[in-house]
This record gives sequence, C-alpha cells and structure tokens, in this order.
Amino acid sequence: MAPKRIRARAVSDDPEDLARVPLQAVLLADSFTTRFRPITLERPKVLLPLVNLPMIEYTLAWLESAGVEEVFVFCCAHAKQVMSYLENSQWKSLPKFSVTTIESHNSISAGDALRLIYERNVIHGDFVLISGDTLSNMSLTRALQEHKERKKKDSNAIMTMVVQRSKPSPITQQSRLGTDGLFMAIDPTTKQLLYYEENTNHSKGTLSIDKMLLVDNTSITLHNDIQDCYIDICSLEVLSLFTDNFDYQHLRRHFVKGLLIDDIMGYKIFTHEIHSSYAARVDNYRGYDTISKDIIQRWTYPLVPDVLSLGNSATKLERQGMYRSSEIGQSRSAQIGPHTVIGTGTTIGSNTKITNSVVGKGCTIGSNAVIEGSYVWDNVIIEDECELRHAIVCDGVVMKSRSVLKPGVVLSFKVVIGQNFVVPPYSKVSLLKQPTKQDSDEELEYADNNSDTLDSATGTMDKLNGDPLLEFSEMEHHVSSELGYGGVGYIWSLCEGSHEEEWRHSVAPIPAEKLAEITQVIEDDLELVSQDSNAPASSGELKPDTQINAEDDAVYFEKEVEATFLRAVNENVEVDHVILEVNSLRLSYNMQAADCAGAIFHSMMKLALDAPHSMQNELLRNVHNTVNAWQKLLKSYLPGKDEEIEVILKFEEICLESVKELSPLFTQILHLLYDKDIITEEAIEDWESEKKDADEADRVFVKQAEIFLQWLREAPEEDDEEDGE
Amino acid sequence: MDQTSRVLQIDLYYDLGESGGRLLIMPDVQTLVNELLFKLKKRKIEGSHATARQTAILLRLVISQQRIPYTHQAAALIDAVKAVGEQLVAANPVELAVGNIVRRVLHIIREEDLSLSTVAMVGLNVSAVSDDEGDTDQDDHPVLSAAAVAAASRNTLRPPSLQTLLEDLPDSAAVPHTSSSGDDSEGKSKSADKSSRSRRLKHDVIEAVNELIEDISTSHEQIAEQAVEHIHQNEVILTLGSSRTVLEFLCAAKEKKRSFRVFVAEGAPRYQGHLLAKELVARGLQTTLIADSAVFAMISRVNMVIVGAHAVMANGGVIAPVGLNMVALAAQRHAVPFVVLAGSHKLCPLYPHNPEVLLNELRSPSELLDFGEFSDCMDFGSGMGSPLLHVVNPTFDYVPPKLVSLFITDTGGHNPSYVYRLIADYYSTDDLVLQRKPAPVN
Repeated sequence: MAPKRIRARAVSDDPEDLARVPLQAVLLADSFTTRFRPITLERPKVLLPLVNLPMIEYTLAWLESAGVEEVFVFCCAHAKQVMSYLENSQWKSLPKFSVTTIESHNSISAGDALRLIYERNVIHGDFVLISGDTLSNMSLTRALQEHKERKKKDSNAIMTMVVQRSKPSPITQQSRLGTDGLFMAIDPTTKQLLYYEENTNHSKGTLSIDKMLLVDNTSITLHNDIQDCYIDICSLEVLSLFTDNFDYQHLRRHFVKGLLIDDIMGYKIFTHEIHSSYAARVDNYRGYDTISKDIIQRWTYPLVPDVLSLGNSATKLERQGMYRSSEIGQSRSAQIGPHTVIGTGTTIGSNTKITNSVVGKGCTIGSNAVIEGSYVWDNVIIEDECELRHAIVCDGVVMKSRSVLKPGVVLSFKVVIGQNFVVPPYSKVSLLKQPTKQDSDEELEYADNNSDTLDSATGTMDKLNGDPLLEFSEMEHHVSSELGYGGVGYIWSLCEGSHEEEWRHSVAPIPAEKLAEITQVIEDDLELVSQDSNAPASSGELKPDTQINAEDDAVYFEKEVEATFLRAVNENVEVDHVILEVNSLRLSYNMQAADCAGAIFHSMMKLALDAPHSMQNELLRNVHNTVNAWQKLLKSYLPGKDEEIEVILKFEEICLESVKELSPLFTQILHLLYDKDIITEEAIEDWESEKKDADEADRVFVKQAEIFLQWLREAPEEDDEEDGE
Repeated sequence: MDQTSRVLQIDLYYDLGESGGRLLIMPDVQTLVNELLFKLKKRKIEGSHATARQTAILLRLVISQQRIPYTHQAAALIDAVKAVGEQLVAANPVELAVGNIVRRVLHIIREEDLSLSTVAMVGLNVSAVSDDEGDTDQDDHPVLSAAAVAAASRNTLRPPSLQTLLEDLPDSAAVPHTSSSGDDSEGKSKSADKSSRSRRLKHDVIEAVNELIEDISTSHEQIAEQAVEHIHQNEVILTLGSSRTVLEFLCAAKEKKRSFRVFVAEGAPRYQGHLLAKELVARGLQTTLIADSAVFAMISRVNMVIVGAHAVMANGGVIAPVGLNMVALAAQRHAVPFVVLAGSHKLCPLYPHNPEVLLNELRSPSELLDFGEFSDCMDFGSGMGSPLLHVVNPTFDYVPPKLVSLFITDTGGHNPSYVYRLIADYYSTDDLVLQRKPAPVN
C-alpha cells in the first residue's frame, strides 16, 4: 500500500487505479510538412497507399494489436477525407477499440494539435503519441511497463521515446529512411536522453555538446547510429507542457530540445531501444520506398500484404516475395519479377516486365512495358512500351504509349502523360499548379530552418553540378505547359538549390555518380580541414551550433535590453519596472548580472550619444544627465566588484569599437561613475592590475586614465590622513 | 449428471435462438464472428488447438442462433455454417484447423439430419410410437447412432459397391420430404412432427458439436493416456521445438513411473525448445538440450522421435514446424521410429498437392536477426534499388508420409497409410471444398 500512496501523491493527475485506465493513443493524421507535395494537395498523407493499403491502416492495426483501447485521431489537412475513411473502415466496428476523430482547421503543427487535445480533456493517463504515417510491430508492454515504473520513481520522467539502431550511410550521412543524420546522447545505465540533434549530416565530424553533460553524468554514450521511431509514450504532463509553452510547435525540434535544455523544471525523457521489432515513419519519398520494401520483405510481420489485405481481395504470397491478389489478368509472356505486389483486378499485357514494384488495384498495363522499382497506385493506365523506373504514379494516371518516367518522378492524381514524352528525373507533375510562393504560414519556421541548413550545405554541391541541373530546370520551364501530345498536368519547377534535396529524398536509388561526387567532396573537405584547421572551408556549417547560439544569444540579449531601456526612457517607465523587465529577459536568455550591467551601460551610452550634441562638452553633459537619471537601474545590477569591472571593460569596448567619439572622454566618464558611487575604487584598481600584463593596444585607456588612477591611489591616503587628524 | 447440465445449458442457448427475433440476435453473432475473424487475421490466436476450440465454440453459437425454416433444416444450417466457415478459412488460410473444424461441424449436421430422417422414415412407415423410442435412444448415444448411420451411408471412400448400395437410402428419404413440403394438405398433418423434428435436429447437432469441443479440449489427455504403451524404460526420446501435446505425452509417461531421457532440439528460430526443456525439467524429467543442427549427430543414441504437428494431411504427410523434415530424414537414416502426435482436429481432409494447402507462413525475418544491427545491409538507397541480403523465415516443413512411422491421435495409433480412412470417418466428401456454392440438399 505504501508505495502506491506515494505514487498517487507524486502523480497528482493520475487516479490511484492507474492500471484500470484504458491505454489511449493520440494519432496525428497530419504530418504538418510538405514533403509529399504535390500528392498531399489532393489527399492527406495518412491515406496514401503504402503497398496498396493506406498508411493509417498500418498505424491503427499496430495500435490495436499493441493493446491500445482508445485512439484519438487528430485530423487537420483534408480532415473530411480522413474522417469519412475512418467512418467506413473496419476500425469503427471493433469491440474494445474505439477510434474517435478530432477535427481542426487551424492547427499548423503538432504542438497546436496537442494543445487542442489537452483542451478537449479526453486523455486521462499515459498515452501513446504517434503520427498516422508510422508503422511498427513492436510490443508496447515492455516499454509501457518501463515508462510506468520510471514514472513511479521519478515524477519528472514524462516521456519514453522509442528508438532503433540504424546506421547512416557513410557517404550521404542520411539514414536508410532518407532522414538526415541524428545525433543523440544517452545515459547507458538509465537510458535517459541527454541530447538530441537533428540535421547533423553536414557538420562533417564536428559537433559540440555542452560540457555540463559530461560533468553531470558519470557515463554517457553518443550515438549517430540511432533512428528515432517517432513513437512516444507520454504522460499527461506532456500535454500540459505544450499548453504552457505556446511556442512549442514541432515535437522534436521544440518540445524534446526544449525539455532537454530546460533544467528548471527538470523533466526527463527516456529512450526505449527496440532490437528485433520494426518501427519506422514515412518521412519522405525515400522513406516511402524503403519502408515499402521492408514490408514486402516481411520485416513488419504481421503487417504484411497477405495478412492485412482488406475485404475479399485476398493477397497471396508466392515464391521470391511475389504478392498477387485474386483476379489478375496476366499475360503468359509477362515477367513479374521478385519482390513485387500486384493488386486485384489488374491486367498486365504481354512481354511486360515488372520488378521490385508495387502495382495497385484495377490497373491496366499494356504490353512491352517496363516497370522497375516503381509504385503504381490504383486504376492507373499504362499503355504499351512505357518505361517506369523508380517513380511514384498516383491514382488515375494515364501514361500514353512509349512515354517514359525517369528515376525519381512523381505523378500526382489523374495526370496524363503524352505519347513518347520523357518526364525528366526528379520532376513532380500535378494537375494543380504549383503554389506561386511557398506559404510561409504553412511552412512553419522549422521548415525554413531546414532549408537554411540545406542551403548552406548545398553551396559546395551546387558549384560542382550546378550546370547540368540548371539546364534541367530551364528545360522544365520550357515544357511545363505541356506534357507531350495529349498530356494533362503541370510539371512543378524545382526551387533553386533544392536539387540536393531531390535526390536525397526521392524514391530513386542514389546514382553512382552522385555518390562518387559526394565522396570526392568529403575527401576535399577533409583535406582542407587538415591543412588549415583554424579556418575551415566556407565555414558556416562547420561551426559548432551551440557556440553560434551562445553568441547570437548575447547579441539578441543586448538588443532586447536596449529596446527595453529606450522604451523606458521614452515612456517614462519607473525604474523598478525596468528592473523587472530586464530581469525577465536575463532569465530567458540565461545571462549573468554582469551581462545585464554591461548591456544597460551600453544602452545608456547610446542614449547619451543619440541626444543632440555638437561638442565634446555637450556629450559629456549628456552622459552626465543619463547617468544621473538611471544610476539606480545600473546600480541594481552591480552587486559586486566583478560586475563593475565588467562595466569598465564594456565601456572600453564601446569606446574602441562602436562609438569612437566617447574615447577621449573615457577618463572623465570613469571619474563620473566613480563620483556617483557606481564604480568603486577597488574595481578600478583591479581593472588596472588586470590590464597590466595586456598588450599595448589594450592599455590605451589605462594610460589615458593614468592621472585619474594616480589621483585615486593618492586620494585614500589623504582621506586616511584627514581621518587621522 | 454432467451430461444433463450440459443439455440444460444448450437448451438455454437454443431457447434464446428461438424466442429472440432474428434481427436482435444476428448482429450479436456477427460481432462474435467478426471478432474471431479479426483475431485469426491478425494472427492473434496461436496453435491449432486454441483455434480449433474457438472455431467450434463460435460455430455452435451460429447454429444455436440460426432460425430454421420448416423445410430443408439441414440445408439451412449447412449454409449458415458454410457462410461463416468460408470467412474464417479465408481469414487465415494457413491455419488448417479452422477448415477442419468447419468441415467436421458440417459433417455432424449431415449425419444428424440423416439419422433423424432415417428414424423419421422408420417412424412414418411403422408407427408413431417408435418416435418416442427413437428420441430416448438419441439422447443416450447421439453421436454413436449418428456415426453408425453415417458410416452406413456417407462413406464415399468405401468400395464403390457398398457406397452405391447405401447412398440410395438418403436420396430416397429426401425425395418425399421435398415433395411433401410443397403439398399443403398432406403437410398439415406432419407439421407438428416437423417442428419437433427441427428442434430436435438443432438440439442434436449442438449436442454433437459439444462433444466435438469436448474432444478437442481433452485431446491432449487422450493422447497422453497412450504414452506408456510407447515409451519404455530407459529409452531416449528426441523432440524438436515445443508442442503441448508432446509435453503432456512425456509427462504422462513420467507419471507412470517410466524413467527415460529426453533430447530437445531447440527449434530455431523461435527457440521454443528452450521453453519445453524448462517445462520438462520442472516436471522432473532428465532433459538434454541440443542445437537443431546437432540432431543428426545425436540420432543414433535415440530410441524414438516424438514430435507434434501443425496438420496431418489426407495422405499421411505432416505439416510441422520448420526443421522437422530434417529430423525425420535423420530418423529414417538410423531407423529410429518417427512418431507424430496429433489431435483429431489436426486431421485435414485435403491432399498436399493442393497449392492452397501448402501455403507456408513466412514470418518476420526479425526472428532470425536483429533488424537494427543489419539495417545497413538492407539499404535500398544505393546500388540496384534492392538489397543484397534477403532473409526468409518459413514456419512449416512438409514431412512426407513415408518418413512417418506412426500417428498417435486421440483415437489411438495409426499408420500413415490409414489416415485417409480416419478422415473418412470425420468428414463428408461434400464439404471438402468449402468455397463451393450451397450443396444440394441431402
């Protein structure tokens, strides 16, 4: 009884009979990204077929088999389609498994979704957080048990992330699912997640982590071979955290990182590694390709076509991983190769070759066609002698005879490709016109983030292979009105600089030339680094991230303080209020009192400088006035000598760098500060002694202040004498 | 006593089915059917024993809640069972026990109907008194009498002369009934008798299905009872993987104070042999665990191989956990008896030349190797767009009948060549193909 009571106290939200609460899950039926455009303009991502079954079908099947009893499906984009699909699906009629849809039209991120779910107050305990494009066959029991036990011991252990080993490719640095490199630091004994960094692929070997990580933890393992499965077991606190931090949007980029950085609340995230089970999320076209093939290879058993097949169209597994549904009209001379799935009611003409591909329901494939590594969805008509290599072809597409799809092509719904037309590699074709500019609201900041890193990374790449690609995009512009004779649809032009991403994330295997190029680039970079390690080539991306952040933070902080100060001056805000505001800024940027003092002093000098003045004297008077007016503010950040020295150093810096005008007045102002008791004698003395060993250049102001310093040194003696007398 | 209580329980079911309207009751059955379908589909029920039991229980419910018309009662029941059965078989075609049980229930319906109609024939021909007599008779030995009639009538696998002789009997019995149903004036007098007959048909069928469920539940014990006849003092027994039947069999011999040793091959890749070894040790048996690949090395010291099966085919071949064919070959090489234990629900009336039957379940390759460790070998991103490493994990082996020395079922030991005869006892040839459209009445 005793431990139970403790737990009940520690976890205030959970009732004592935690065990009897049905396991709930939140399924986000929206990925909040645009990776699958143009297809997702017409159909939500979760309903896209993955080996002839909508992705959400896999997710729900797993949740059901893992013992989840209540699923809340959060629909956002194309909510109606998702809801009507679920309404007609088998999941609605199952006992002990309820699927409830939650519709929203203004959510633009996972964060918004979770906030809405929190408002609805439907989640009552631990829940599984998953997105509708994730599939797995892992057993939740172990992970759940671990999570609950940890929670019992430590109420701050609010989340368990499921991870899996997966080595990134040594050349492209991306995982087999096409996601960018991921770097994690995990405590090997407790499995606590200590550090999480995405998009590490371009940092080529350097990555800086906070040294406090090493100080605080006795042992720590660093991984770049771990894949995030995007399956999280969360406690109720996660939802309330999202509500408290209204700026959390992305689950990983904001929430996980936010929790890891934030040491005030002390929330902890743990990992659960799965070994033999399978878990993966369809993040991009390459992931789509890889996961499809994993399904065909039965890694996801029992989520495989012959077991999952819906309705009466029983799919049978034949030799060498061939899955064939019933009622297939196949010509005798057609060759269907290994690892191929053919849907119901599809007819295949003579001498057609299909290998490593998935063909949906009701397709008509003519004779002498070649389909290799492609994904052909339902009701597609492929006429004679067409060639498809590593392409995705959506529902209702018509390919006229002898048309060709080059690797990486995506044809969205109902596109018609004209006769003899060759669709160039990596192009995306849709009936809908490309949105003229990327809607920044939808893209969200993390999308921008992404392109930033990519841009900086592609710098070198583009130089190398820029020319042929430029030709391509020109060609695309040229033909974008027409897809050959009788063609219908628009070829979306690729944004400049995104070619890099195209081959990285397409279904096509990475061309050998490309691999060779990258290897070459890496080698060159390595040489550069070894030759001149102080100045790495075109170095933006090579700089450790956190340092940039620290510097950035300092600059931002100073600006913010200045803005606050100016507002205070203009609006006559009381000093106490200003102190409050600056304090809050200080907390949010994690700064020291000395930084505040420096920043405030800086702003004061700026203010004095901005006031009209023509002569040195006038400037000095301005400074005098400002200091008089705001000395209380400044003093409140000067609890000790160190801060005062900081102010002097800052002053020096100002005089040297930003405001040369002030430099002649250095001594006077220093004297002024001394008179006002802002800076004590000791601080000035320490500053002087600190500067003794410095370079000549650094000692300019010491020299300038020599007389003042001497006066200072003599003054106390006089005082003493006076006192003595 | 036990029997009467069961009868009461059945009556309860039966009354529910009669009194409740079809609309009220049918959805309930449908949800239960869907539930089992779902479980089968998602491979949530493991093992033919559990599958068989659940199938039988579900079919009993289907029968008890099926409203029966005044004519063609048997046909109505057969249709209902077939409709459900077809779905169940399609849900997991690899689990042959489902089909077996569906066919056996169909067989039961046919037999009961046949025995009733012969009794009715006799009653009509002789007098009304015989009806009561028949009734008591039925209650005492329902299955025996049914089996007796069936044996006399339905065995198409018998020599043709006998079959043709007896096949005429039900046909002639069926003809007057169908004609009488259309004729109102004649049928009026028989209607009371008919309704009681329909009640009785259902009653008898449910009774017989109950027996079937009972048989399935007790099949382990039935087989285990024969253990002492086969396992002798100081023998060495080899088995592979884990089977509950084998475990019970060995333990039964142990309980009878036989002392013997057991070699357990671990049964890669699921390693259920480990579990079996643990269980055996817990029951105090001297156990040795060996790798599957060591079977050939050890077989010369073995007196007998005893294994379980997934299904026994009509020709005496066995569908068994992967690795058993190798064990059977090793046993043949050293002339060690290869004994297969199989409950009667595992007897499948199909022949293994049928591709439907030889479907093997390919399970997840992750049982063989850790996906995370080998994920770089499964990379599709480069090269030909297809990985160089494929991992295949079949569940079953087919052991041909010539490698099997003996089958031990709940009815005793049988030669592989006798299996077809056993099957003829349990199944009627009309039901071999379940997908066929409703069979002609009787």
